[in-house]
Amino acid sequence: MEAVLFFLAAIGALGGAIGVVAMRNPFYSVLALIVHLFSLAVLFLLLSSAFIAAAQVVVYAGAVMVLYVFVVAYVGGEESAWEPIPGQQLIAPLLGIAIFIELAVAVLSSSLLALGTDGPDVKPGFGDPAAIGHLLLERFLVPFEASSILLLLAAVGAIVLAGRQAVGGAPGAGSPGAPREREPGDPAPGAPTTGAPVR
Amino acid sequence: MSASSWAWLALLLPLLGSIVVSLGFRTIPARVAGIVGTAAIGLAFVCAIGALASLLGEDADARHHASSLWTYAGAAGLDIKLGIYVDQLSVFMLLVVTGVSTLIHLYSFGYMQSDEGYHRFFSYLNFFVFSMLLLVLAGNFALLIVGWAFVGFASYALISFWYRRTTATRAGMKAFVINVVGDIGLVLAAFLIFRELGSFEYGAVFAQAPHVFARGEWTVTAICLLLLVGAFAKSAQIPFHTWLPDAMEGPTPVSSLIHAATMVTAGVYLIARTHVLFYLAPTAADIGAFVGLATLLVAGTIALTMTDLKRAIAYSTMSQIGYMVMGVSIGAYAQGLFHLMTHAFFKALLFMTAGSIISAMANRQDIDRMSGFWKAMRFTSLMFVIGGLALAAFPLTSGFFSKDSILAYAGARGGMYAWMAIGGYVGAFLTALYTFRLIFRVLPGKPCEEAQHLIDTGELYHGPAINPANEELEDADVGFPGAHHHIAEQSRPMALAMAVLSVGALFAGLIQVPGVDNVLFGFLDPAFADVPLSAIHPSVGEEWRGLAIGAAISLAGIGLAWILWVRRPELPGLLRERLRPAYLLFVNKWYFDEAIDFLVVRPALAIGRFANSIFERLVVDGLVSGTRETVEGAGGIVRVVQSGFVRSYALLLIAGFAGLALYFLLSSS
Amino acid sequence: MSIEWYIVLSSLLFATGAMGILIRRSPVVILLCLELMLNAGNLALVAFSRMVGNQQGQIFALVVMVVAACEVVVGLGLIVAIFRRKLPLDVDELRELRG
Repeated sequence: MEAVLFFLAAIGALGGAIGVVAMRNPFYSVLALIVHLFSLAVLFLLLSSAFIAAAQVVVYAGAVMVLYVFVVAYVGGEESAWEPIPGQQLIAPLLGIAIFIELAVAVLSSSLLALGTDGPDVKPGFGDPAAIGHLLLERFLVPFEASSILLLLAAVGAIVLAGRQAVGGAPGAGSPGAPREREPGDPAPGAPTTGAPVR
Repeated sequence: MSASSWAWLALLLPLLGSIVVSLGFRTIPARVAGIVGTAAIGLAFVCAIGALASLLGEDADARHHASSLWTYAGAAGLDIKLGIYVDQLSVFMLLVVTGVSTLIHLYSFGYMQSDEGYHRFFSYLNFFVFSMLLLVLAGNFALLIVGWAFVGFASYALISFWYRRTTATRAGMKAFVINVVGDIGLVLAAFLIFRELGSFEYGAVFAQAPHVFARGEWTVTAICLLLLVGAFAKSAQIPFHTWLPDAMEGPTPVSSLIHAATMVTAGVYLIARTHVLFYLAPTAADIGAFVGLATLLVAGTIALTMTDLKRAIAYSTMSQIGYMVMGVSIGAYAQGLFHLMTHAFFKALLFMTAGSIISAMANRQDIDRMSGFWKAMRFTSLMFVIGGLALAAFPLTSGFFSKDSILAYAGARGGMYAWMAIGGYVGAFLTALYTFRLIFRVLPGKPCEEAQHLIDTGELYHGPAINPANEELEDADVGFPGAHHHIAEQSRPMALAMAVLSVGALFAGLIQVPGVDNVLFGFLDPAFADVPLSAIHPSVGEEWRGLAIGAAISLAGIGLAWILWVRRPELPGLLRERLRPAYLLFVNKWYFDEAIDFLVVRPALAIGRFANSIFERLVVDGLVSGTRETVEGAGGIVRVVQSGFVRSYALLLIAGFAGLALYFLLSSS
Repeated sequence: MSIEWYIVLSSLLFATGAMGILIRRSPVVILLCLELMLNAGNLALVAFSRMVGNQQGQIFALVVMVVAACEVVVGLGLIVAIFRRKLPLDVDELRELRG
């Protein structure tokens, strides 16, 4: 039973990943990533990490992907899926394959015998929020606080970066440096495809 | 106070004077600066007398002291002290230098009065006296070299004093460069002395030398030859003499002090001081004597043809120093120093009178234009005659006794040296001849235009401001040389200085009349007692015979000059035509300048040009530019990685990671 | 399933993400591939946490999620800013930072 679930989730994850890479329309890539994320959540559940699975779905697939959806809807674009730098057309996939092989070899021929097991027997509350919460607030308090500051920084940074320049009340319109003129020497405005919402 | 303390004080005072005058060049008025400068040297003279008195109060054998302030360098076997050595020789030189310098400062007080560079002049002059005193008082070779070099610098600064004239600056550089050649000799000699004897101190060196060196050994000969190079360059002996006539570009007091009385005698002092070494190297001593003799004769012949008043006197200086060098080289130490003293008196006096005459001539120095000054400037002419008599060794003047004492010694030593004495007498004849040539050209006769102007109006003739060396017009507004000149008749300080010197020129010889008194030699001889040569004394009879010969020659020379330039003035022209090759040789100064230019200057310039165009361009620039280009090239190659493509960077990252992983996989298998 | 499977799957997903970065040109898609790689790392972390028996790996994965969220926020802000200035949304065109 577990194996079946594993393979289903694995196929979902892999399929999502390949979809992200191979789809022409970026919106479809986003959707593929969402599938991938859900599959990963299943895999987390299989590994007795309930809280992480939930966090994955809520935070990642829920919040982060929504961000992506908004941006892709704003930005749009459509391009061919195979566009490496000319000159690296051969080496790029080769490197990817090489990395996979090396990592797989490293894992499979590792002398870490525990890798071949299912792991130790764990108590039922292994991946529960209570356990995670305990650790977060006791042993890993500083990383916890630090990551909250990081989130704050990121939020402020994003507002600053993308603040509106024209008249208007986008959140943080009064942020410093909001008006952005075209610098001399900017490449001529390229031709992004129109910002029409992607279908 | 001990002699050493007096000596230190005498050494310090001119330095203080120089510093005070130079620092206060804006604040101290000119006259005060002159007084300060003169007083500094005057006080130094008083200290010199104090040193003499204190020295005389001691036993004749114990009259040598070394005194040091602190050790300058005391490691690695070196022991160089800042120390002086006070003995009869240094006190004698101290007296001569400070005495004559005081009078010359007094003279400059009046002579340089309307010169813009008045403060600078006194500052330099005081510094010169300080360096000369350092030279004569130095107690070890290292300090001697310091004083030697300082004196060379002071000479340069004073020769090119009127630095707006290119002739003056060029002359200063020429003097300095030739002096440096001498410095090299002196420094190498000092190195050799240190290597062989292990010390720089006079006491140690002169005590050790007879034990370390055998007589005639090549090391001590080399040392003495190098010392001679230094002495010749400083004392303007052949072949290092070409700077002295050009040094007449400096103001007259400078010529009088440095290039007559003091600096050029430094070489004589050096040979006298290192007499122990010279006794051990008879070859070098003989070479010194020959060079002195040669200079004596060559300079005498050149002086016969010179038409520039100061230059003629300069060659006369060269010739007289030749006597001194010859004297101290053959062992006549006290005699050579005696002549040094009397020469200081009458040569300084001669230069002073020349300065006065040149002032009357509105800065022209050509004797072809001068005549009849006897009527125009009585006092100056009288001084000129007195100085000339002393120079020509007229009977009973100071030069008479001093010059003949050297020649008498040479005769007494016998052998080859007696032949040198004969050469000396020939030189004496030439001396009398050229000296009175100058006197009979300038003083008698119908007054020239400038002299007539002086007689008529009592004012000095005002001519256009020209450079006497090349007759080109100068800008008189610069202020140095000043537009106003001063003659002895109108300037009390000048007259006073000349009068004192004339007394010395006339009567200074009386302290050493053979058979009558022995003041000077009695004082100086113990300083040279460690060398058997000083024990040679001509008998009184021999001395008087020498004096008689000298008197005859001097009178003959004066008489011939009278005939040639007063009675039969057409004769010199005829002689010039008849003996044209000789005349050309003499008037071109025996072609020494041309020879040096050909042998030394041109190769040096050629090497310089080669270095600049080929070596500098190819090797040095090549290395430097080559390095730069290599670095730039390498940078250019490395820069290719920074392409700006984000994915390139990502590729490099991933490739690196893959490579690392591969390495670890392989190494752990 | 033994832990190996999860790790191998994680490395496969990682390699896919890496190749995606090298292949695609649009910055949005490159960011998406970056997400792939991060999640692959998360998977490995959680698997190892299960293998070891404590939850430290899961905490780590949680923090990775936070970091990924921040990075996405800033990256997307950048993309929006680029798009606003009418610059081409193409990593090969945006290459002024070069030597």
